Amino acid sequence: MNRFDFIRPASVAEAVAAASEPGSAYLAAGTNLLDLMKIGVARPGRLVDITRLPGLDRIEWDGDGGVRIGALVRNSDLAHDERFARTFPAVAEALLSGASAQLRNAATVGGNLLQHTRCAYFQDTASACNRRVPGSGCDAMQGENRLHAVLGWSDQCIATHPSDFCVPLAALDAVAEVEGPSGRRDVAVDALHLLPGDTPQARNALAPGELVVAVRIPADAAAFAGHSRYLKLRERTSYAFAVVSAAVALEMQGGAIANARIALGAVAAKPWRARAAEASLEGLRPTAEAFAAAADIALADARPSGDNAFKIELARRLVARALSLASQGTPEDMPALPASPFSTIPGATNVA
Amino acid sequence: MSLSISITLNGRPHDIALDDPRVTLLDLLRERLDLTGTKKGCDHGQCGACTVLVDGRRINSCLSLAASLDGAEITTIEGLADGEALHPVQAAFIEHDALQCGYCTPGQIMSAVGLIAEGHAGDDPERVRELMSGNICRCGAYHGIVEAVLEAQKTIAQQDKRRAAA
Repeated sequence: MNRFDFIRPASVAEAVAAASEPGSAYLAAGTNLLDLMKIGVARPGRLVDITRLPGLDRIEWDGDGGVRIGALVRNSDLAHDERFARTFPAVAEALLSGASAQLRNAATVGGNLLQHTRCAYFQDTASACNRRVPGSGCDAMQGENRLHAVLGWSDQCIATHPSDFCVPLAALDAVAEVEGPSGRRDVAVDALHLLPGDTPQARNALAPGELVVAVRIPADAAAFAGHSRYLKLRERTSYAFAVVSAAVALEMQGGAIANARIALGAVAAKPWRARAAEASLEGLRPTAEAFAAAADIALADARPSGDNAFKIELARRLVARALSLASQGTPEDMPALPASPFSTIPGATNVA
Repeated sequence: MSLSISITLNGRPHDIALDDPRVTLLDLLRERLDLTGTKKGCDHGQCGACTVLVDGRRINSCLSLAASLDGAEITTIEGLADGEALHPVQAAFIEHDALQCGYCTPGQIMSAVGLIAEGHAGDDPERVRELMSGNICRCGAYHGIVEAVLEAQKTIAQQDKRRAAA
């Protein structure tokens, strides 16, 4: 790990000023950043420790029923907040399907949003990676790429964004509140992460020094509380990043779908909102045919970036499965294996 | 560059001057405070051998910078037993053969203490397995670990009940 200056600012304004210096990085829990520093991928000359900043660790409800989550709220505290889990169950399920209990206890809301890809070539300083070293090439293209992107990738980068949390956030129109050298602004979570294009190193829409201070979920997202799911396929039962994941939310009226939200995870460099698929469901009865058609639309533009064509069919089936489960209602209790399509309940189907 | 932190470690206050901001909590414990019960496995947050409690919550000490922990209350495996009397989780691990080589055991035990305090597992072994998935055991003692966690949870609940009644 390189040497660095360690700054402990007393306020958000001080933090932003300190982090606006080139070579600076914000330190929250550090569960991703410290790891990247140990392997030499991140080499900040200055760490700005924001963990003690006042006022960023609260979950606040507005009069309409929308919520504002401070950037330093820990993943586990948010997932287990009773009102939050009841109002936005797919978000709680996504949080509890991510990482391990230890990491969820440490990792913050803001850090989850801004975590880096887990592409093995990004993490290996001996490999070519346009995201890490612009212009150096992409060893993932000809490498082990079965888990890489199938949507929105470019010939510069085929990495995926690893977050579970961001997937339902994108589906529910969540917004990141950002404080920076030129003041405060809102960035939709759906617009926070950038597709690689020709500049994969520009991974998000934040300017130097900008700090995510909160995430807001609008009140109207609570209308989906009764019919929401997050499903995540992993290569082992627990403590693994998604192969593909899907957040779906339905607003049911008189037996028909009044409103649908669908977002996919681990398929692109950002959480992938499927708006055309959502629109296709409006006014329809919740049938297997309607869900299969919506899943086809969601993956219509998908193409393999390597040995990963299977992810497209897997994602299609996962979207259809998540829609079907959501239409049956949000589970009363958090499943023992959050987000797992493999139920341990006797009699439940495990075949998509 | 010198950074100072004050922490409470296993119930005792410590003022620590850090000569290097790169020191993780794990390295602080093992290399500078001679508390080698907490183990370094992967050093990347993947194995759980370094699990300790910070402010009562289980975390991976390898992914925590000591300099960011000013004011924290830290409990390690060395702080669990009450004199010669083992903590109920320690006793249950012995009772259920929840280890073979023992290298992951301090992390498993600290993780189990955290899990029981969190109170989300109930008596469901599936939930225990899921909530212990951040602790890898290469010897494969998982069966005994799940049994030990469930039994220790019962013991602690009974102790709490007795204490409340007293």
